[in-house]
Amino acid sequence: MSGNDNANKLDRRQFLAGVSTALIISGAALIHPAEAWGLEVKNLKPEMMRTLIKMARDIYPHDRLADRFYAVAMKGYDEKAGSDAATRAMLETGVSTLDELARKKHRVAYADVDWEAERVALLHQIENDKFFQTVRGGLVVSLYNQKEVWSAFGYEGESASKGGYMSRGFDDITWL
Amino acid sequence: MAAKFDLTDDTVVVIIGSGAGGGTLSNELSQRGIKVVILEAGPRYEIEDFVNDEWESFGQLAWKDMRTTAGSWRVHRDFPNLPAWIVKAVGGSTVHWAGASLRFQEHEFKTRTVYGAIQDANLMDWPITLKDLEPYYAKAEDKMGVTRTNGIPGLPGNNNFKVLATGAAKVGYKQVHTGRMAINSQPRDGRGSCQQIGFCFQGCKSGAKWSTLYTEIPKGEETGKLEVRPESHAVRIEHDAAGKAIGVVYFDKDGKQQRQKARIVCVAGNSIETPRLLLLSESSKFPNGLANSSGQVGRNYMRHMTGSVYAVFDKPVRMWRGTTMAGIVSDEAANNPQRGFVGGFEMETLSVGLPFMAAFLDPGAWGREFTSALDGYENMSGMWLVGEDMPQASNRVTLNPAAKDKWGLAVANVHFDDHQNDIAMRKYAHKAGSAVYEAVGATRTFPTPPYPSTHNLGTCRMSENPRDGVCNKFGQTHDVRNLFISDGSQFTTGGAENPTLTIVSLAIRQAEYIANEMGKKNI
Repeated sequence: MSGNDNANKLDRRQFLAGVSTALIISGAALIHPAEAWGLEVKNLKPEMMRTLIKMARDIYPHDRLADRFYAVAMKGYDEKAGSDAATRAMLETGVSTLDELARKKHRVAYADVDWEAERVALLHQIENDKFFQTVRGGLVVSLYNQKEVWSAFGYEGESASKGGYMSRGFDDITWL
Repeated sequence: MAAKFDLTDDTVVVIIGSGAGGGTLSNELSQRGIKVVILEAGPRYEIEDFVNDEWESFGQLAWKDMRTTAGSWRVHRDFPNLPAWIVKAVGGSTVHWAGASLRFQEHEFKTRTVYGAIQDANLMDWPITLKDLEPYYAKAEDKMGVTRTNGIPGLPGNNNFKVLATGAAKVGYKQVHTGRMAINSQPRDGRGSCQQIGFCFQGCKSGAKWSTLYTEIPKGEETGKLEVRPESHAVRIEHDAAGKAIGVVYFDKDGKQQRQKARIVCVAGNSIETPRLLLLSESSKFPNGLANSSGQVGRNYMRHMTGSVYAVFDKPVRMWRGTTMAGIVSDEAANNPQRGFVGGFEMETLSVGLPFMAAFLDPGAWGREFTSALDGYENMSGMWLVGEDMPQASNRVTLNPAAKDKWGLAVANVHFDDHQNDIAMRKYAHKAGSAVYEAVGATRTFPTPPYPSTHNLGTCRMSENPRDGVCNKFGQTHDVRNLFISDGSQFTTGGAENPTLTIVSLAIRQAEYIANEMGKKNI
């Protein structure tokens, strides 16, 4: 019964809030129905992780990358928050500042602000803060160093075990 | 095979560092029957240990010990604790270098004479000329198997080269080819030919690229006169009452302090650690640091005028395939002050993988302007711009007592400000590079700022007069007769060319000098 109620609520919220509810909160987990994955959040509040994932996409938006890559890139913070109180405090303060800015301007939390440009405007207000700098600096490695994202950019990665490109197109350009 | 010398053996030459300078010197000396101990701070990896993965390889090979930075250079903002991207391993930065092997031009040995007095620049003529170095350049090219010398054919051009060459031809450049590269285009010296793997910076998995790790060092070891001690971090050079170097204190792989006695000490720790070690070796006799009566130790730090241009096209390039730097345009290398700056620069093909492109294209940038550039990665072509920068006394490596390494010693602080000439050259070079790509239809170009320094030069410069520099024309310090500078720290000025060939040539020449002086019992 209550499960149905919850599902209905989720559906309604999803419908009302539009695109940003691709990622929904269920207990201590984030669920992504469209991409069929869930992420258990152990140390941070799941709402915070949802904000961090949204923020990650807004910092490095690639429309051809699924949300899960941003979630993978950010999940390390949940682990770190469990072992490092300073990191946890920095994340909690940072996310709540960002959400406050969003509520003041748009009356909703950061992740529920409709347009990327509006969220980016909020990020610009905090881009010199340690919170933003830390998240961006970590993300540039944790996002682009996932081997699974490389194919979306055409990058082929390791080649020595395949004999390099000597007979695999090192000079195959034809359009010049 | 490899020798094993006693810590108390005071007849050995101790070389600190095993890269282009130290590694070459060790082989040249041991071939002459001279006993050598190399103290190398990093571990010994072999070819099979290298990984085709940028961040993993960086974790394996890079010098990551704490350093600090200061000054107006952008590296200070973007990478405050990583002024230089160099290697901490046996073979030093010859493990990750790209292989470009260019001789200096004649005028680059006498810039004070040719360029005249440039405000705020500490220009000085080298105490040697191109003519002095030519025979050693020839030996180095043969030793390293440089393409387009000694009858060795050039490497085949990859996609990134073809874009560069086509664009360069369209804008009228004439000196364009696949470079003079210390990478085998055909089997030579027991090593195979380039397999176009594309990870030159991560350690060559085929061994086609020259590195002291698998050429000079094993050859030296075969003489039975060379002992390499990896994970041995030198912290102090000791001297006797007469001011002669007598040994080196270092921490071994177990963190235990050791003291190797020496007849001669040669420092080749790259241009940040070399001056740091001299400064750390201060004593009552040498209160400003060893061999620093001139006050020039650490000064005139140079890192080349660098920058990159990446361009996106409407069709794929796949620049990462194949030899990273086998492509050069040399038309801008001459000194032509009409361009608004003295000195010149080279344009060389460059590619980094997606992970490093994200980190280095525009460090700190975010949002769609940045990510749309990365979305074009497959259609991207890239070049590196490398030119002569102006030596400045205030560009300087000093000890930072506020930051300590794991031995409790002050780390190096690297202060750097671009000179007006560097800025003017970079601006021109970014424009010239963009023009090359626009000539072949680039839809967007990116004038990319300098990376952490790979070419670290100066800081113990050669000079005719002991007042003006740290060492003489053989790298022998003016103050301590049996102490030598054996790396790029010796450079009086930087030239426009990638420095490795010159470092190797100077090491061959220095070995000859040391052997002669030892024979005459002068040292």
